[in-house]
Amino acid sequence: MSYIKPSFRHPEAPTNNIGYTEADYEGALSTLCAGCGHDSISSAIIQACFEMSIEPHTVAKISGIGCSSKTPTYFLGNSHGFNSVHGRMPSVATGANLANRHLTYIGVSGDGDTASIGMGQFSHVVRRNLNMLYIVENNGCYGLTKGQDSATADVGSHSKKGAVNQYQSIDLCALAIQLGADFVARSFSGDKAQLVPLIKAAMSHQGFAFIDVLSPCVTFNNNVGSTKSYEFVREHIQATGTVDFVPMQEEITVSYEEGASQEVCLHDGSVVRLRKNGKDYNLRDRAAALAAATDHAHSGEILTGLLYMDPDTEDLHTLLDTSECALNKMTEAELCPGNQALQKINDSLR
Amino acid sequence: MKSNSAVNEFVIKFANVNGTGSASANNMFAKAIFRMGIPVSPKNIFPSNIQGLPTWYEVRVSEKGYLGRRGGVDIVLSVNPQSMQEDVADVLPGGYFVYDSTKPLDLRLVRDDINYIGLPLTRICATEYSDPRQRLLFKNVIYVGALAALLDIEFDVLTDIVRSQFKGKDKLIAPNIHALELGHLYATQNFDCPLGIRVKRVDKVGDSILIDGNAACALGAVYAGATVAAWYPITPSTSVVDAYEKYAKRLRIDPGTGKTNFAIVQAEDELSAIGMVIGACWNGARAFTATSGPGVSLMSEFLGLAYFAEVPTVLFDIQRTGPSTGMPTRTQQSDLFAAAYASHGDTKHVLLFPSNPRECFDLAAEAFDLAEQLQTPVIVMSDLDLGMNDNLSAPLSWNDQREYKRGKVLDAEQLEASERFGRYRDIDGDGICYRTIPGTHPSKGAFFTRGSSRDEWAIYTEDGKQYARNMERLLKKWETAKKLVPAPVLRSAGQPTPLGVIYFGTSVDATHEALDYLSNEGIELDGLQILAFPFNDDVVDFIENHDRVYVIEQNRDAQLRSLLMIECDADPKKLVKVLEYDGMPITASKIRSAIKQDLPGPASVTPLRRKAADS
Ligand SMILES: Cc1ncc(C[n+]2csc(CCOP(=O)(O)OP(=O)(O)O)c2C)c(N)n1
Ligand code: SF4
Ligand SMILES: [Mg+2]
Repeated sequence: MSYIKPSFRHPEAPTNNIGYTEADYEGALSTLCAGCGHDSISSAIIQACFEMSIEPHTVAKISGIGCSSKTPTYFLGNSHGFNSVHGRMPSVATGANLANRHLTYIGVSGDGDTASIGMGQFSHVVRRNLNMLYIVENNGCYGLTKGQDSATADVGSHSKKGAVNQYQSIDLCALAIQLGADFVARSFSGDKAQLVPLIKAAMSHQGFAFIDVLSPCVTFNNNVGSTKSYEFVREHIQATGTVDFVPMQEEITVSYEEGASQEVCLHDGSVVRLRKNGKDYNLRDRAAALAAATDHAHSGEILTGLLYMDPDTEDLHTLLDTSECALNKMTEAELCPGNQALQKINDSLR
Repeated sequence: MKSNSAVNEFVIKFANVNGTGSASANNMFAKAIFRMGIPVSPKNIFPSNIQGLPTWYEVRVSEKGYLGRRGGVDIVLSVNPQSMQEDVADVLPGGYFVYDSTKPLDLRLVRDDINYIGLPLTRICATEYSDPRQRLLFKNVIYVGALAALLDIEFDVLTDIVRSQFKGKDKLIAPNIHALELGHLYATQNFDCPLGIRVKRVDKVGDSILIDGNAACALGAVYAGATVAAWYPITPSTSVVDAYEKYAKRLRIDPGTGKTNFAIVQAEDELSAIGMVIGACWNGARAFTATSGPGVSLMSEFLGLAYFAEVPTVLFDIQRTGPSTGMPTRTQQSDLFAAAYASHGDTKHVLLFPSNPRECFDLAAEAFDLAEQLQTPVIVMSDLDLGMNDNLSAPLSWNDQREYKRGKVLDAEQLEASERFGRYRDIDGDGICYRTIPGTHPSKGAFFTRGSSRDEWAIYTEDGKQYARNMERLLKKWETAKKLVPAPVLRSAGQPTPLGVIYFGTSVDATHEALDYLSNEGIELDGLQILAFPFNDDVVDFIENHDRVYVIEQNRDAQLRSLLMIECDADPKKLVKVLEYDGMPITASKIRSAIKQDLPGPASVTPLRRKAADS
């Protein structure tokens, strides 16, 4: 069951540029287990959309099947949502995006949904550079079917039943970088300070933006020995730097010390800043990003933050050269060539 | 020896090797017959292979307008030594075997009841052309020239076709005409031309066109306003999307910007293709995919989602011979079960059954209206025979006054004026609810689409009563669908008869021909061409009003007959199977003899033990 939340609103709740309060971005009450990492991600999405002053109805939320894929019910209640079938969110998102290029598409998936049953669709949506934010809520297990190991579970990690995973794990960020994604990030559900700016930057990126969010499953995968549990993740996180996102609407007043930050200007005019914490991380180097993600994994660390980004990207619509007008807005006038043209075709067939 | 004669009524079969350029020469032949005003029905019989295997092109010429496959061959044009033995055996007694006589004919291939016409094609090419590619290509054109003399095809008609075919590549016109002349000259000098079997100009095609069913489906999609096509290659459906692309590039480029008013994506598999279609339709565009049996199997889970979540979806199933990979380049009507009940749970889908290109065009356009009116998948059931062969067809036409029927979609104004929006509330009592498109209104109309059960407000529920109520509403919608889908077409015997025939799709032409023959023999049957599933009351009445109903279809398990039993509660004893499932289109003679064998009484010789109609 999902519950309709009481629409009580604090009279002095702050509003954003377009007059909405943060509550306007909320959804139905979550039915996930208390403490589930997925809920923290939902609230990060809510905060990001609020801060970016996105009109909720211009967002479409699409997901597969799993605890993670249920979450679109729990944020952005004024946006249309589509909980599709297991592992197939990317295709539904692709179709939706083709129909209307002017909405913001948020795809939510799980590690089972993406790295196993949906591996094919994930790879191909990356290749096509669909303009969307693709979030994997990665808990290293199948939450909804009661805790089986997923393909992102690390070798040697323990499931709740105590079984040791013997199979190689799939690093979705490394894969996305390798497949040509132009925005790849990793974060942790409990680290809102990092996650919110990443989500904002991802939504501003005019192409495929991928965020792998480690999101512990408190019920089936938060035990000692699991590499996707709170303790483990907290202890082993290595950040590439603090990500800061400045939306286009805001005047850029904050100034950083020369050399301390790396800035990337996005096509909608907003800016992503990576604050370097002593680490020399080059956002724009695909090979280095891949190496960094893999090296850290080998040393038992999880590299988080914006791992790779190239703002000069051509999304699927650009590649297909589709009209600026959304296809779903076109009518007979644009679409139907009329009987005269048909009679000419008949003539060519005689 | 007897030589058959027939004017404008015969079957000629070309035996070629695939990948040798014979297709365009063979098409030229069929087009010439068509342009002489004679109804013609060419069929490609090709292997699942790219180069080097036998391939046939069977052309039925019929002034009477019979376009179904006839069976039996009057003339074989043989340029493939590999299949010669079987090709010789195919010729009806008194018929002709035209072959490449550069090498002497193997004596084992000589029959004394057919006529042999040797054309030294390889030799003519060897003296005429030095380039091996030209030798190969022009060999085909030369035999068309020879056939023109042998069958009395007007030479000007052929040269006109060459001119229009090579428009823009004018350099190729003269050499092609020259090749035609070479063949023509050889035949006139060496044989008594024309043969007894020949053509004669008549005026029997009117304003008809020659087009394959897949191109007609594609044009239907263009005219119906489909903007998103997602697909995965599979014979025999690929040319649907190829043709859509070709026509869209011609007719759907924005005149101001040069950008496309359509989007085509070759997906990574059929699951993805149908997922994209569902996503696009959910978001208010008209979208489609085209596939064949194996793809339908893969799409099943998604089709169930579209049925249950009520998302319009259009799918073209160009059927081929199953199960599994079956005979991928042969025809069948064997996906009825797979399509009608695709997906788990209580699921059923609207099907449309075109029988010719005009119906492909009309039903394709209709599919988009129905899908949006009914908010459900609509599957257009064509097949390889219709989809990949040129068919003689009434011209396509579009009423410029026609508006797309977009179904019950609330716009911003309607939402603004409304109270709380309930996506799954049956306000009109027809089982069809109102939907909204993402992005329509800032605060009203958003809802969550899901394949899991939900209440009328689209809120997730596991309440069995609510679930059952929703399932019953979907049944009510199914009843509404019966009124919206095209009604069956009656072909009355013109007098009362206890006998009926039910048929659909590519079995229509052969059935009509068989009904003519039976009528000549004094056996009258009423016919009913099914155009859609669900069946409406006309179908129920038709079965009720006849004592015996033959159900004609091209599959082993009598799938249409089963659907009639399931959905119309028809008495199985009444419904007699007439089946063909060897991968070749069903013939009139097959249907005629099956019906005659089944009939009791003096109309047929009662066999000792009655054979099943489908044996
Ligand atoms: C075709 C199909 N197979 C299996 C299932 C059962 N199933 C539901 S959720 C799920 C795994 C979900 O794992 P993940 O994507 O990691 O989501 P989580 O619950 O961990 O957030 C499975 C196997 C299904 N719904 N559909
Ligand atoms: S089972 Fe795990 S993933 Fe699912 S809701 Fe509970 S904590 Fe979250
Ligand atoms: Mg998971």
